[in-house]
Amino acid sequence: MSVTIEVPNRPRTRKQANWEKYGWLFMRVSGPLLIVLIFTHLVVNLVLGDGIKAIDFAFVAGKWADPFWQVWDLAMLWLALIHGTNGMRTIVNDYAGQVKVRRALTTTLWAVCALLILLGTLVIFTFDPCPAGASAELLASFCPAQ
Amino acid sequence: MAIKPAGTLYRGKVGMWSWVLHRISGVGIFFFLLVHVLDTALVRVSPEAYNIVIESYKTPVVGLAELGLVGAILFHGLNGLRVIAIDFWSKGTKYQSAMFWVVIAVTVIAVAGFTPMHLARVFGH
Repeated sequence: MSVTIEVPNRPRTRKQANWEKYGWLFMRVSGPLLIVLIFTHLVVNLVLGDGIKAIDFAFVAGKWADPFWQVWDLAMLWLALIHGTNGMRTIVNDYAGQVKVRRALTTTLWAVCALLILLGTLVIFTFDPCPAGASAELLASFCPAQ
Repeated sequence: MAIKPAGTLYRGKVGMWSWVLHRISGVGIFFFLLVHVLDTALVRVSPEAYNIVIESYKTPVVGLAELGLVGAILFHGLNGLRVIAIDFWSKGTKYQSAMFWVVIAVTVIAVAGFTPMHLARVFGH
């Protein structure tokens, strides 16, 4: 017994860009980048020196006084949030059966993503490592108030 | 004699469980990321505000949870590399099971190495 499969007489055509493909590709490009960014972030902040015990305002100030860590954390912020939001969107698409629920959840996810990217970007670039009027013992050793 | 039918539970083995773990770890990391961006944003409020909140990361309960977070990040990242290998490497599907166990082994070894160091800091003075 043989099964006859209809031969499609024309290829599938699209009028719009294939966003699902770009999303799929983004996960595979951002993933390895995030491994480098986040694994280094974990080693620098949780393994080296005194690890978690050393983290305070002065520690963050010491890092963000250097443009290298500003760019590093900025890349981590954007890539991780977009990667995470797109992953959550995939899960929502799998489990949210109703179109209305799916749209509401997906819209919420991207709104939160955009808001946190905006907040984080502003924080990184408007951050003052030596804020005026702050008590000296909370500031990094390179601040003039010290 | 009637033959008792076998259970119909789907047995996807390593492929299924790696997928389940990837989802659960991904969702967990996502929600931590939301909190982490917000707590870090407190550096823009004041040194005091940031220090008060970051102190909670050094408490025993959160300190223990951080081991789970580190483990989830390691697993998710390494298993992501495995997924990429399955997608792009011609022998990826052949070795997917072996790669899963490598991912688990590296994750367990790394967390085992990190745990005593981290807990000494969390529970030490």
